[in-house]
Amino acid sequence: MRHLIRELEAICGRERVVTHAHALRTFESDGLLHYKGTPLAAALPDSAEEVQALVRVCHDARIPWVARGSGTGLSGGAVPVDDGILIVLSRMRRIIEIDLENQRIVVEPGVTNAEVGRAVGPGHFYPPDPSSQIICSIGGNVAENSGGAHCFKYGFTTNYVTGLEVVLSNGEMATLGGKELDGPGYDLIGVFVGSEGTLGIATKITLRVVPTPETTRTLVAYFDGTDSAGRTVSDIVAGGIIPAAIEMMDSLSMQACEEATHAGYPPEAGAALVIELDGPEAECAPLFEDVIAICEASHATGMRIAQDEAERALIWKTRKAAFAAMGRITPNYYVQDGVVPRTRLPEALRRIDELSEEYGLKVANVFHAGDGNLHPLICYDASHGGEPERAEELAGLIVAMCVELGGSITGEHGVGVDKKRYLSKMFSEDDLDAFHRVRCAFDPGGLANPTKVMPTPRLCGEVPGPYRRHPLERAGLAERF
Amino acid sequence: MTAVHCVTPTTPEDASEVMRAAAATATNVRPRGAGTKFGWGRPIDEPNLEISTARLDRIIEHNEGDLTAVLEAGVPLQRAQEAFARAGQMLTLDPPLGDNDAATIGGIVATADQGPLRHRYGACRDLLLGVTVVLPDGTLARSGGKVIKNVAGYDLAKLYAGSFGTLGLIVEVIVRLQPQPVKQLTLMCETDDAESFPRAPLLLSHAALEMDCLDVGWRDGTGTLMALFRGAFPEGRAQAAARLLEPTGMTVTTTEGVAPWAEQRARQRASEGAVVRVSGRATDLFTVIECAQRTGATLVGRAGLGISWLSLPASEPNTLISAIEEMRSELSPRACVLLDAPEEVRAGVDVWGREHDEGALALMRRVKSRFDPAGLCSPGRFLGGI
Repeated sequence: MRHLIRELEAICGRERVVTHAHALRTFESDGLLHYKGTPLAAALPDSAEEVQALVRVCHDARIPWVARGSGTGLSGGAVPVDDGILIVLSRMRRIIEIDLENQRIVVEPGVTNAEVGRAVGPGHFYPPDPSSQIICSIGGNVAENSGGAHCFKYGFTTNYVTGLEVVLSNGEMATLGGKELDGPGYDLIGVFVGSEGTLGIATKITLRVVPTPETTRTLVAYFDGTDSAGRTVSDIVAGGIIPAAIEMMDSLSMQACEEATHAGYPPEAGAALVIELDGPEAECAPLFEDVIAICEASHATGMRIAQDEAERALIWKTRKAAFAAMGRITPNYYVQDGVVPRTRLPEALRRIDELSEEYGLKVANVFHAGDGNLHPLICYDASHGGEPERAEELAGLIVAMCVELGGSITGEHGVGVDKKRYLSKMFSEDDLDAFHRVRCAFDPGGLANPTKVMPTPRLCGEVPGPYRRHPLERAGLAERF
Repeated sequence: MTAVHCVTPTTPEDASEVMRAAAATATNVRPRGAGTKFGWGRPIDEPNLEISTARLDRIIEHNEGDLTAVLEAGVPLQRAQEAFARAGQMLTLDPPLGDNDAATIGGIVATADQGPLRHRYGACRDLLLGVTVVLPDGTLARSGGKVIKNVAGYDLAKLYAGSFGTLGLIVEVIVRLQPQPVKQLTLMCETDDAESFPRAPLLLSHAALEMDCLDVGWRDGTGTLMALFRGAFPEGRAQAAARLLEPTGMTVTTTEGVAPWAEQRARQRASEGAVVRVSGRATDLFTVIECAQRTGATLVGRAGLGISWLSLPASEPNTLISAIEEMRSELSPRACVLLDAPEEVRAGVDVWGREHDEGALALMRRVKSRFDPAGLCSPGRFLGGI
């Protein structure tokens, strides 16, 4: 162990290898605070070469490692593995190249999402916008395939990564793609993005950026309940309008946000929709009128139309502060990230209400309604015996309901440690076996973020050359997985 | 060469059984859709067994309210589009469809083929929400789902898009749909000035015009720029585009409808001669046009994306081969993938090119060996002998 630490220090320098227990506490959790781990050490490399050297040391010593960006993830994906090494990429925050002519930016993984936006603005913008964008890193966004409020129209991180330089768990490096599209070969970028740190570490990331829309129109519409708000969402989309964002908040989350930001939400409203349209003025202005008409036809009880950028910013600040604001109304909360097909939203919300009543726990809903991505916040008090367990049980039932309605256990937060027990609700053993093959191709030794994503630990067998059946298999005494 | 035995399973489970049986007897397998892109990839020996998706041709779900659909791999894209159109919807994927519009969704995904709508809506990889595949050992596996936002599990749909049948058989895909546009306006302009022409599409791609398509063509010394504006009110955007193009001196015409796009799509293919797809950058257009002129090729391209198709006229195999080699050396390190070409030509060059990142290629080989350890599915068709 001492020897290992010395090797890490030789790579990064002593001051960038953290080993003291109290200092390591900084890194014990990600944004989901109830999962914790203590690594042997946290190393903060400065370059791709240092990352590669660190990973090689781990490979030679058979030590597992976890890569971490800013630690804002909400699935425990960056929680350190006990007795492993944590590789913290937040020092690698150089913007390597801005090539606006080709609408690309090349960055190191520690650059924040908001920094990318600033670097390419004002003429261009980078659409994926997770609520944590001020601090979350692009490397983390790549690992989690992050979305955000605007991905209904613009897509997710995976639709914007055109090139990656990755360090694999054997210490080798690979360059996948670049500024160009459609290089020959398997789409390994597509597999890597969203793999939650289990396939390697991205050390250089090339992103596509797009022209900033000419105009943006934003409104908040209030409804008497989530049912009518949910129907409004379906009506807007069915009408052929593709808003940049449609977000829903129920009364409980509005109450929390109101206490935190004093944005002026009416206390009697049962639900609110934040609707944003963007695009060329000539297209946007008449469509915005259509949206207003649809809200009115759906019996909106009130509407607030952003008159200027400041008012728009306040509307978004209020929405994006929702998770943080929950502290105002509950000592603890547990957030889920299930998705249902958009047309099943009203049913999903009704069933969440019923479950909430049955368990005697309040559930606040604030979510991306356009793509059916729920974020139920289950409120509980950890000092009340049994409540944390009941909250978790309730969360599990909500996730199961999402799958039953034809949805997913996670829309953007990732599986991590938090949802790996639910993965087999969505996928069969055969599906998981196919996933495992991907993992084995990238990380046969199982050293990269090993305890995440898959519900049960699996080992990779050797696959050297053409497959030949083992004598035991031929005899029907054993099976290969 | 062995005679190809062809089976046409009627369900994904059937397909899985066939593949399992093939694996048990170490039989080489080639998945087959309508066969419209059969000549793509490296020429390989005829397999012992062909698994056709001809009878895996059901539209399983069209969820109008959710704008999603579940299609079996053998559904011809054209038929799916007709079904979606009845609900005022469409799949924003418009590659050339081959003879009788026969191209199937499975074949299009397996070859990652594309058309002008790629500009705004992305490639197959971006339109797929989920996929069901039969792995080379017969395992039936699924990834993704029916919702537009989903990060559970690894994204196998992206791995299988463009995998050319080397990882097994795609049996089902789930796609995201879009509403059909109320109006469509096509803007076109022409010039013979090869010097200034390549700047013109950049004027448009850098403006917030929300074009659905932005293509260029170059043939017989004339460059054509075309843009498609769709939506409820496309007129203002088309006018704005025309204004942006004023400094180029080109005469801009705007017409309703999409008629000119069919020809543009068709030019990505060639029944004779050879077609090379260049993966470049938006700013490479000048170089690529020069290269086309020098080698006697015509060009169509997705100008905003930097992807071009260079089409060489029919000629002796050796002439085509040297023209392809010349393109490659002029455009290096941009990837130049040979698509349509006579068999002698495809045998005489590496269709995938030679310059690949070593690390990436090693990783691709490891993926292949994990999914197809015995190398039974279309062995050798892909790059690096995969």
